[in-house]
Amino acid sequence: MNWINAIVQGVMLGGLYALFACGLSLMFGVMRTVNLSHGDLAVLGAFLVATLAATVGISPFFAVLLVLPVMGLVGVALQRGLLSKALRTGEMSSMLATFGLAIVLQNVLLEIFSADSRSLDVGSLSTSGLQLGSSVSVPYLGVLTVVVALALLGGLQLLLARTGIGRAIRATAADADTAELVGIDSRRVYAWAAAIAVATAGLAGAFFAMRSSFSPSMGPTQLLFAFEVVVIGGLGSLWGTLAGGMVLGVAQTVGAQVDPRFSIVAGHAVFLAVLAFRPQGLFGMRRSRA
Amino acid sequence: MTTASPVAPATATIHRWTPVSRTASGALAALLLALAIAPFVFTPEVTAKLTTLFVLVVIAAMWNALAGYAGLVSVGQQGFIGLGAYGVFLLVDRGVSPFVAVVLAALLAGAVAVPTSLLAFRLTGGQFAIGMWAIAEFFRLVVVNTPSLGGGSGRSLTDLSATDPAVRQAQVYWLALALMSVLLLAVFVLLRSRLGASLEAIRDDPVGAASVGVRVTSAKRLVFVLAAVGCAAAGGLTLANTLRVQPDSIFGVHWSAYMIFMVVIGGLGTFEGPIIGAIVFFLVQDWFGDSGGSWYLIGLGALAIGMTLWMPHGLWGTVARRRDLELLPVGYRVKTPAA
Repeated sequence: MNWINAIVQGVMLGGLYALFACGLSLMFGVMRTVNLSHGDLAVLGAFLVATLAATVGISPFFAVLLVLPVMGLVGVALQRGLLSKALRTGEMSSMLATFGLAIVLQNVLLEIFSADSRSLDVGSLSTSGLQLGSSVSVPYLGVLTVVVALALLGGLQLLLARTGIGRAIRATAADADTAELVGIDSRRVYAWAAAIAVATAGLAGAFFAMRSSFSPSMGPTQLLFAFEVVVIGGLGSLWGTLAGGMVLGVAQTVGAQVDPRFSIVAGHAVFLAVLAFRPQGLFGMRRSRA
Repeated sequence: MTTASPVAPATATIHRWTPVSRTASGALAALLLALAIAPFVFTPEVTAKLTTLFVLVVIAAMWNALAGYAGLVSVGQQGFIGLGAYGVFLLVDRGVSPFVAVVLAALLAGAVAVPTSLLAFRLTGGQFAIGMWAIAEFFRLVVVNTPSLGGGSGRSLTDLSATDPAVRQAQVYWLALALMSVLLLAVFVLLRSRLGASLEAIRDDPVGAASVGVRVTSAKRLVFVLAAVGCAAAGGLTLANTLRVQPDSIFGVHWSAYMIFMVVIGGLGTFEGPIIGAIVFFLVQDWFGDSGGSWYLIGLGALAIGMTLWMPHGLWGTVARRRDLELLPVGYRVKTPAA
């Protein structure tokens, strides 16, 4: 039964990882660049939500709703101020610049909020769950995270498939120059993609903060997990991202069930195995994206 | 690059050395020889600092060979730095003398780099960068979970603490100087060879390079293995210099931040740039020390962003382009009689 519980917990954790990964995957798909500050932007979101909830005295969930548009604007600023210039000189520049930003963000947060870990209080939700049998429990917060991940990925899928901006994003992702020729403003598309990606990073950071304690230094780890999810799930597949999150989550919790020390190693091992035996990812398609 | 353009006169000749580069290369060789007497002149504190500088020069040169020539941006070279340091423990436990162990551990890390490249080369661009980071974390966790290596709290190199500190410091210094010279020479020879031109072609356009017959993957792999050996040597030297390592610091991603900073400051894709970047970084670190803490890192990060956006050729790259300078000739020059 402990094993079943480990798998259940892994699926819940996977919902959170899918949230982390979805923005990274979107930005890579559209701009062909890996945003190395993704994890630290998520931490920024977590701190914004925590600070807002604490100082104004509102529910963390309401605070999330207020912070998301702010994170969207951060994304637009990131695109306009940094990426648009860096992308013109090549992918390498954007990697170096976002790596620099990651270091700046992490240390600014460290200066403001200190290295202490803190948590986001969501009342009884953080501890209560549905008890199934003697050893399996389904935490409500975990269920909520999975539901939000499903809604977010479904919403993104709809946005990309059905709306005008979605079509523009897909066209730019496929071939930015040709999309320009038919009148798509790639600057606007990139700004939208960055806004969505950074807002979802903030959302993921907030859910992480509700689940466990967080500190300014956790960004890099979250970036790594998000990246592993993208590779495991396969690039260009939003549902692959969800499945990748679940696979990584289950690998970590089942690894922890074997021995608590193996939790993270097991996740990395699954990532390396996918890289070795199925480099296009479990659900990846070779040359198209959702 | 080697073929003259159709409009150039038939008498155009191709040179590699210039009077400036002859003088500069000679001066550098003389400087390296002169540095060998430093332990007789300076205090052990100074040689310890210089050892740190040599380590920085090595990792900057390695990162530059990867990113600036093979187009492989990695944020996971700390994985090899850590392997180099911990490889020393593995060898010392089997009775190898610590200084030999530093060299052997570096070669062992190069051997580990071969299978690693099989996995990592399935990723390209930014994905390769961060995939290397995941691999470095994997190495770190393997070390942390190995009790004989001291686990998460680290381990001391007791074999060396028995010797007289001044003698030991001098020996570590000479080893660092020798390894730095050999590794810089290796990069220089590699870049000057036919492979150097291939690598630049790969960096600029891998598909195009492949189409004119460059063996892209094997050329990249060679640089990847060399960079692993160099970074591991740097890790082993760091251990010999400080006598103690902890997995979280020797496998820390801050090494990548340092490498990127030094190369971006000095000039990506030039031979001289990373050396200059390493000296600048060393001086900055010496002035601010550890007291700067997070503000110091904020400054480094902001400077890296600024240099990337507004001075992409770095300090040396910008000067070299303006003056047409090359102190250590790794490229080719076409000379036309009319000019």
